[in-house]
Amino acid sequence: MDIFLQQIVNGLVLGSVYALVALGYTMVYGIMGLINFAHGEVVMIGALVSITVMQIFFAGAPGLSPVLLVLGALVVAIPVCMAIGYTIERVAYRPLRHAPRLAPLITAIGVSIVLQNLAMMIWGRGYISFPAIFPSGSYDIFGARITAVQIAIVVMAVVIMVALLTLVNKTKMGRAMRATAENPSVAGLMGVNINAVISFTFIIGSALAAIAGMMVSANYGIAHYFMGFMLGLKAFTAAVLGGIGNLKGAVLGGLLLGLIESLGAGYIGQLTGGFLGSHYQDVFAFFVLILVLIFKPSGLIGERVSERA
Amino acid sequence: MNNFYNKIKSDKRSAWVAFALLGIMLAAAPYLAAATGGPSWVRIIDFALLYIMLALGLNIVVGFAGLLDLGYIAFYAVGAYLYALLASPHFNIHLPFWALLPIGAAVAGLFGVLLGAPTLRLRGDYLAIVTLGFGEIIRIFLNNLNAPVNITNGPQGVNGIDPISLGSMSLAKANSLAGIAVPSLHQYYYLFLALTLLIIFTTLRLQDSRIGRAWVAIREDEVAAKSMGINTRNVKLLAFAMGASFGGVAGGLFAGFQGFVSPESFGLMESVMVLCMVVLGGMGHIPGVILGGILLATLPELLRYIIVPIQQYFFGKVIVDPESVRMLIFGLALIVVMLYRPAGLWPSPTRKRELVEEA
Repeated sequence: MDIFLQQIVNGLVLGSVYALVALGYTMVYGIMGLINFAHGEVVMIGALVSITVMQIFFAGAPGLSPVLLVLGALVVAIPVCMAIGYTIERVAYRPLRHAPRLAPLITAIGVSIVLQNLAMMIWGRGYISFPAIFPSGSYDIFGARITAVQIAIVVMAVVIMVALLTLVNKTKMGRAMRATAENPSVAGLMGVNINAVISFTFIIGSALAAIAGMMVSANYGIAHYFMGFMLGLKAFTAAVLGGIGNLKGAVLGGLLLGLIESLGAGYIGQLTGGFLGSHYQDVFAFFVLILVLIFKPSGLIGERVSERA
Repeated sequence: MNNFYNKIKSDKRSAWVAFALLGIMLAAAPYLAAATGGPSWVRIIDFALLYIMLALGLNIVVGFAGLLDLGYIAFYAVGAYLYALLASPHFNIHLPFWALLPIGAAVAGLFGVLLGAPTLRLRGDYLAIVTLGFGEIIRIFLNNLNAPVNITNGPQGVNGIDPISLGSMSLAKANSLAGIAVPSLHQYYYLFLALTLLIIFTTLRLQDSRIGRAWVAIREDEVAAKSMGINTRNVKLLAFAMGASFGGVAGGLFAGFQGFVSPESFGLMESVMVLCMVVLGGMGHIPGVILGGILLATLPELLRYIIVPIQQYFFGKVIVDPESVRMLIFGLALIVVMLYRPAGLWPSPTRKRELVEEA
């Protein structure tokens, strides 16, 4: 039972990170009908930038409180990622809005390769470890251990998601975003500046990516120039699981995927009589994805079924 | 270029001359490469041929039938591992090359159907993601199927694979033909070239056949194709199977050529690379795809030879990792080419007409 609870806790923490990244995918897809394959790399950049900033502050002023350190890192990492997200859209996607469907996919792959290799040049090939700024103790909840970092991750994720939902549902910009998602050309006729809305969407998505990047590196204690790929893939899976284009769906999908993965990895050994071990953890995401797409392609709470060829 | 093309088309005699010149060039290529760049370039050309086979196989799925497949390398992996397991000391089975080639094609084709069957209803991006997941699943299984029963030998891969031998002639050592010594790499080149030409011939014939036209019809409009009486299910499965079997053949050749396979060679990046060859060259246009294969297989290698000397010339020493510069330039090249030629470097003439109208 303790293990079960522990896996639930781990799954929720992992799931909230997935959810934040998935929101970035789902916003862009909802508005442009495009999978932003380079989104995972933005998360990676966010993680590496925030770690570097923290290391500098940590070395300069060891007495600084963790909250200040985190805020300082975010103040740098978020604008960096926003700039990258904006640039990606301007350079790689906007000129190809009316091009054949595969063209933006290839440029997205190109952007991923460029970002990965830039990161490799700047930060090297090795693993970068997250500075030990957080208190190391953990709390007991019904026998499951949860650390301060994990609590911080979940709380931050919830705050950000609520803020995002408010932004999309209550503000003028949010209304413009929803209108563009519904029908870009009609929204344009109604006076919505579509290019601005799309740029804004990329910028917000990249800001979420920066925060998610810091969270995931804090959770695992390490970051790596290649981390964005798998993370991006899983977050995309989460977005599809919940129903791509749907914000609440992305959150739900992210949490579910986190739970499925951690419970699956915890119990696969017992379920298969020791035949398959926990190193099959990564397979779960893909199996879930394939099953969802085959049986309910619109996702759990998605309404629109993509019929794009 | 076009004049030249038309002349060859209209005039039989110049066509023969052009073909003869091309033939001589292809036959002499490994010797030229070895003379100018050393044996490593023959190796690069050998790999380029393997990539062309893969790109032509993927072109059937993506270019003709319009089914975006991001896990194509899985079939290459299936072919390679099949060859590795059936012709190595790992299980102590040593089947001959001529038996392995059709087995590889058939099993990879079967995997193609296995992937195709559940994904028939999916289109576009969704299909891309599912196939990507399929490719990753295959790789993860190859990586982990060493326990409790050792099938794939895990991350270490399979070693000591039998080199390809045709009858009693092993391609692993130099043989001489009519007094001319033909080194091992050159022999592989001729074998790969023969199979590549066979695949080119097959796809060219397929393109204008009933099946090929059915694929293109599905690519353009699946519902319309279905209402015209095309059995879309079977035709799509056939596209997956054909594409996969080409990949399986290339995989078997890779295993025999390399003598070693490991899951590392079959990552997503390889699938992406092959897809880039198809899209960059010109989807659905066979000469374009071949061009894309040649360019993308040789460009990174060319950069490998250029980057270090350039850095030494300008800075006196190597300041940035040449490997990442190489990939950086490659990524930039992908972006630039797509921005300026969204339909590919050498798009098919009919496809181009359609695309212009669509926009």
